[in-house]
Amino acid sequence: MSAANPLSGALDVEWCVVPHHSRDNAPLNGIQPRWVVVCPLGRLQPERGVAALVDGVQVAVFRTHDGAVYALDNRDPYSGAYVLSRGIVGSRGDVPTVASPMYKQVFDLRTGACLDDDAVRVATYEVRIADDQVEVRR
Amino acid sequence: MQELVIVGNGMVGQRFVEALRERDTDRRWRVTVLAEEGRPAYDRVNLSSLFDGRSAEDLNVVADGCYDDRHYSLHLDDAVAAIDRTARTVTTVRGRTVSYDALVLATGSAPFVPPVPGKDRPGCFVYRTIDDLDAIRAAAGRVPRRGRRAGLVVGGGLLGLEAARALRLLGLSPHVVELAPRLMPLQVDEGGGQLLRRQIEDLDVTVHCGTSVTGIDEDGDRLLATLANGTELDVDLVVFSAGVRPRDQLAREFGLDVGERGGVLVDDTCQTSDEHIYAIGECAAMGGRAYGLVAPGYDMAEVVADRLLGGAATFEAADTSTKLKLLGVDVASFGDALATTEGALEITLNDPVAGSYAKLVVDDAATTLLGGVLVGDASRYPALRPLVGRPLPADPVALIAPSGEPLALPDDAQVCSCHNLSKASICAAIGEQSLTDVAAVKACTKAGTGCGSCVPLLKTLLAESGVETSNALCEHFAMSRAQLFDAVRAGGLTGFTAIIETHGSGRGCDICKPAIASMLASMELGHILDGEQAALQDTNDHFLANLQRNGSYSVVPRVPGGEITPEGLIVIGEVARDFNLYTKITGGQRIDLFGARVEQLPAIWRRLVDAGFESGHAYGKALRTVKSCVGSTWCRYGVQDSVTLAIDLELRYRGLRSPHKIKAGVSGCARECAEAQAKDVGVIATENGWNLYVGGNGGFRPRHADLLLRDVDTDTLIRTIDRFLMFYIRTADRLQRTASWIESLSEGGAGGLDYVRSVIVDDALGIGAELDAAMTRHVASYRDEWADVLEDSERLQRFESFVNAPDTPDPSITFVTERGQPRPTLPLAVVQ
Repeated sequence: MSAANPLSGALDVEWCVVPHHSRDNAPLNGIQPRWVVVCPLGRLQPERGVAALVDGVQVAVFRTHDGAVYALDNRDPYSGAYVLSRGIVGSRGDVPTVASPMYKQVFDLRTGACLDDDAVRVATYEVRIADDQVEVRR
Repeated sequence: MQELVIVGNGMVGQRFVEALRERDTDRRWRVTVLAEEGRPAYDRVNLSSLFDGRSAEDLNVVADGCYDDRHYSLHLDDAVAAIDRTARTVTTVRGRTVSYDALVLATGSAPFVPPVPGKDRPGCFVYRTIDDLDAIRAAAGRVPRRGRRAGLVVGGGLLGLEAARALRLLGLSPHVVELAPRLMPLQVDEGGGQLLRRQIEDLDVTVHCGTSVTGIDEDGDRLLATLANGTELDVDLVVFSAGVRPRDQLAREFGLDVGERGGVLVDDTCQTSDEHIYAIGECAAMGGRAYGLVAPGYDMAEVVADRLLGGAATFEAADTSTKLKLLGVDVASFGDALATTEGALEITLNDPVAGSYAKLVVDDAATTLLGGVLVGDASRYPALRPLVGRPLPADPVALIAPSGEPLALPDDAQVCSCHNLSKASICAAIGEQSLTDVAAVKACTKAGTGCGSCVPLLKTLLAESGVETSNALCEHFAMSRAQLFDAVRAGGLTGFTAIIETHGSGRGCDICKPAIASMLASMELGHILDGEQAALQDTNDHFLANLQRNGSYSVVPRVPGGEITPEGLIVIGEVARDFNLYTKITGGQRIDLFGARVEQLPAIWRRLVDAGFESGHAYGKALRTVKSCVGSTWCRYGVQDSVTLAIDLELRYRGLRSPHKIKAGVSGCARECAEAQAKDVGVIATENGWNLYVGGNGGFRPRHADLLLRDVDTDTLIRTIDRFLMFYIRTADRLQRTASWIESLSEGGAGGLDYVRSVIVDDALGIGAELDAAMTRHVASYRDEWADVLEDSERLQRFESFVNAPDTPDPSITFVTERGQPRPTLPLAVVQ
């Protein structure tokens, strides 16, 4: 689960000591994944995204209407351009979504799955709010 | 391979070629078409639209690529002069000899000109070809623009009323003289004819029925026509459109049988008295009768195409049904409209107040529908025509009553008579191909692509097939854009959350959010990047620039009317040079700067705004440009100052957000160098003012604009454009350009423009003042979006590459140099 609810109370923040999590993303070049502060929560406008550089990787971070925060790979797989953070945030059924601004394919913010094409998925990253700061871990 | 020669390239001849080409997949025939006219087949039925903004090219009916095929050749301006039936060859006037295994005569008909003394004087014309109309237009252009300008049309049938429309479009007041006691005597009965006459006379057409022209004399530089009833008419020109005669000269000269009343005699397979020769269309006499309508001709074309490929088709009874809009009045006639069947009964509903007349003809037992006439309101035609010859499905009065229920058609009822498609075949296509809208049905079956009169029926068939033709905006809003806009304005809602909680469900999407952003923008609720509005904007509006395929953006400063100072050009050049931007001149007479990264946009715009430039809104569904030619200031031919008007219009409507982009153009004379007729709003200067055209576009489906107003002054012009744009903004669907919006306002494929005119010129809905006020508010509240962004640190915040590294450029955006300018190295897409 890559969503963190800011209303659920403070989370422990332990810089650089969080063990590798059981995720798809294996550590690169021996660098241990770590929580990286991206920006203050206030910089995330509800229902919009921002791009962030997390250990050299472009991450798209979104905040939805209900206050949940999500992080996806910023690369739009259909165009190859790093633009997903600039898409329109909304919903399809109960699924919180972002539509690529390039060719408008819609992605599930929770899983990165493309809702218009079963075979396509973008990577998701862990994200949390700590001390009013948005943090992402690869 | 066998040789097939076709004499004539009119609508029927061309239809025959296309029918054969579609079916002769084994290439059994090599086809040679020999045509008398200098242009390929065109839509002769709609000739008068040449005076209504259409060009000769618009009337072309030849399918793309038809003659690119080496088995199909078309020779224009080369009429057949002789047939050698023994050698089976034809010889043309230019000396070309072609041999044939089968010969098809499709020579059409010639106008009938009654033997009136003076009929050949200068100023007398016939109405048959594009050349005829060009001659009429030229003559009308020579008529001085003073006093009453009038034209005489001889013949009050279908063709005559078309000719009257043409004269009216040329600014002449038409007189129509008809020998019969009523207009359209072949299609309409006495009651329908009376209503038709009343409605047409309301349109400045003077009707003289039951009389004829006895002489035409010169009278100074005008003509004096004398009628049998003693009336004398001063007119500027005369058009003969009193019917047609089959062109059967070749048949007569080379020994084929001809009908008693003319026409090449053919049997029900369209074969003439020579087994190698067929005749189709208006030159053919089937059972001794020639048909002056295109639909029976199309049927004949299909029969011969089938026969030549070994089929056994025969010509069934001709369907002489017609539905037309004559001078704005709907007229439809079908089956035995004049009740000539023995014992036929007539049921008539005549409502002179509402201006509608309807008659059904039924058999003597009142159980079978034989035909009918509809005048004023022909909306029931598509449902009634297929029922001819069938048991009445309901009480006949109910079938024509204004509040009657829609009819369920039997499966084998013919829905599209132009392409001979039954209800069953269309419904089968809807089911098998999963068609969901009228456009898909048209594309798949061709139904509705001929005269268009069956289009309303296609909607019914879609509904009957269980296809919901929903006008819901998206899954979040069950209503159309126009309905939602009305609800938002009426409820005074100004925020997305309030709107979706009141009228929708969920949290919106890339369809409804920009649509609502556009509505809010046209309600002048402040900067589009403030508050909740920011989250609604598509990426282009969000960064006030155009996203390009590599994730960079392009920048277009406004250049009103395409007029720019040398200093302005230098600034744009310097900005492009300093930021390494690729520059290209756009079709809208401005300069597009490509390759800007988001974090560069504020600095680029700082320089542009300081030099006096404003946002060009190239990124928005908004007014783009008003293109202009150089106009009367410089041009030797210009008659008005098109540049000043274009600048005034562009400054008036800049920033106006709309359902889709809006483009406009102003030309300083009829040479039309600004291509205004390809714009949503096109203005062309005349010696007396401006002509206003609306509903044109380039793009995927190019379309010429239609003439809305003629010879108006600048104030009237601007007020009309104000209302046109505001009415469009309020009522169009999302991403609907003005052309399809106007089309969507029509009933049965015609009349959308008339409706727009009634609303914005005649104020039929009483909303003119409201539309005017809305535009006044827009003009007063306009501010440059980019200047406002530069003054506001919060708005500027979004223009950063990375929220945690605002000065680091996106490393994926890179360029190489091509022809001295940067070009993006394209990213590799993972998914194709």
